[in-house]
Amino acid sequence: MSDASVNDTVIQTEGLRKVYHMGQTEVHALRGVDITVTRGEMIAVMGASGSGKSTLMNILGCLDTPTSGTYHLDGVRVDGLSRDQLADVRNQKIGFVFQGFNLLARTSALENVELPLLYDRQRRFKNTKEQAAWALEQVGLGDRTDHHPSELSGGQQQRVAIARALVTQPSLLLADEPTGNLDHRTSIEVMALFQELNDQGITILLVTHEHDIAGYHRRIIEVRDGHILRDHPVAECRIARSYLEQLDAEEPVGAL
Amino acid sequence: MTPMNLVRIAGQSILKNKMRALLTMLGIIIGVGAVIVMVAVGLGARGQIRESIQSLGSNMIIIMPGAATTGGVNMGAGSFSRLTVEDSEKIAREATLITGVSPVINSMAQVIGNGTNWRALINGVSTDYEVIRDWPTSSGTWFTESDVRGIRRVAVLGTTVAENLFPGQEAVGQRLQIRNVPFDVIGVLAPKGQSAGGQDQDDRILIPYTTANTRLSGRSFIGQIVASAATEGELPVAQEEIREILRESHEVQPGQDDFTVRDQTDLAAAASSSTETMGMLLAAIASISLLVGGIGIMNIMLVSVTERTREIGIRMAIGARGKDVLTQFLVESVVMSLLGGLIGLALGVGGATVLGNLMGWSTEVSPITVAVAIGFSAAVGVFFGFYPARKAAALNPIDALRYE
Repeated sequence: MSDASVNDTVIQTEGLRKVYHMGQTEVHALRGVDITVTRGEMIAVMGASGSGKSTLMNILGCLDTPTSGTYHLDGVRVDGLSRDQLADVRNQKIGFVFQGFNLLARTSALENVELPLLYDRQRRFKNTKEQAAWALEQVGLGDRTDHHPSELSGGQQQRVAIARALVTQPSLLLADEPTGNLDHRTSIEVMALFQELNDQGITILLVTHEHDIAGYHRRIIEVRDGHILRDHPVAECRIARSYLEQLDAEEPVGAL
Repeated sequence: MTPMNLVRIAGQSILKNKMRALLTMLGIIIGVGAVIVMVAVGLGARGQIRESIQSLGSNMIIIMPGAATTGGVNMGAGSFSRLTVEDSEKIAREATLITGVSPVINSMAQVIGNGTNWRALINGVSTDYEVIRDWPTSSGTWFTESDVRGIRRVAVLGTTVAENLFPGQEAVGQRLQIRNVPFDVIGVLAPKGQSAGGQDQDDRILIPYTTANTRLSGRSFIGQIVASAATEGELPVAQEEIREILRESHEVQPGQDDFTVRDQTDLAAAASSSTETMGMLLAAIASISLLVGGIGIMNIMLVSVTERTREIGIRMAIGARGKDVLTQFLVESVVMSLLGGLIGLALGVGGATVLGNLMGWSTEVSPITVAVAIGFSAAVGVFFGFYPARKAAALNPIDALRYE
């Protein structure tokens, strides 16, 4: 691997395999996956349940380790790291966005966003509150810092979660079905936010089973039975912002 | 995670479940509270015992007649009284290390006065008895050296006797009869209360030993001689001096003493060993109640870990190490047990004060008790919080995130 590719490559996996042992039977969740993701890409990972895409996301997110194969994240080999080292990698290099938002209840938006910074052993950000406020500003919730999750709509909660993923300025933003719990319009709004962040140069990998949502990405990776079935660029990437404007034009009364 | 953040997170999570936290802490609260109250009462009792020992007279030396051997048969202590008034007078003349000496001639007698009667202990003593027992009069005066020499029939009454014979009246100046011998009451002693053995020390009449010897019993042997040393440190030397004087007077060799000389240290040692036993008992009760309280905390912490599996998963996903999660739950259980300990302490101190006032007991809350109570409740938090915390820290982030 050349130096240039280290700088530009965020994810590089070779022959990723994952085998689960369920009693006597072996379940092959991944059967040799090679993925290369370059900085600034926005990729949708698609697949039916049981296809292995969740396992892939867990390994790419350093929540799990592969049975075999190599995984370089940001030029650093991360397969085979210890639990604590993986925790540090997650803290420094990865931002997670989940389907169920996964915010801490009875904790303000600002404190939710601040949380990853409190686990930062390198103390990269001296003023954690200021950094958290900046991240909330990025997702358009600069005026909701003191609200608790229960006081926010689903779309707003997901924005807080995105701010929490952004706050450490990670190399990679991993989103697992981020629009799964949201209505159509809010889903598009969240996609518009992801596209804006991507325009700023953030690398995004998003898992979805909705073709509609996948259409907002520039590249789609389809997974089936632990293999990559197809890995193709999207010819005509949809722009969420313009679709929202179109929606507003069609039904101005229904606007939020 | 800074320590301040950890304590704040622990506080928040306790506040989220106020009722549950309170019930969890109840074990510790009751345990610590009960211990504080019991120790306060125990220490108060010990203080009272110490006081009552001191009320016998500080630095007092007691000389008792020893065992007599008659034809090779040991008759036991006090069997053959060979202490005499002359012994007491010889000690008074020759001993240099004592501040006072007095024979004590004991007898029980029916006392008649003011148209009523009462049975009391009659002590024939010298004027030094006032100093030896540290026992001044509350009204009237003690008899004097000339009263003793003149074998006068004067009496100083204990308060119990005075109250029973002359209720509501001034006893000084009255007359009474002891075994039909008339006496003038010249003083009433200050009350001394119960002795360590539970006897009413005020139920007695003091008269000059000369009078007791000649007018009442006619005995020439006396029950005991009491003396007092100037300081506690001089007690052993003073006792040895008394022994030598008595050996000379009784014409016996060392090792054949027909008397015993003792001081109060034995009594004090006995009393302190009984309070030590009580202390051990209290410690045992304390450890049991803290154990029960600790199990309560462990139980709730285990429930809490299960309930918050998802939260643990979130924290791990965003970069918390196992150790961070462990510390978080450990701090939470310590904060909870410490809080319980503090509430228990406050209730215990309040309870001890109220109990002391209601029952008229003297209670004493020592700083050591407080420190031990707080220290123990924190230790309980660490000990019983560790297992649930370790369970939380060992969770797999993926499973924890998926937990519904």
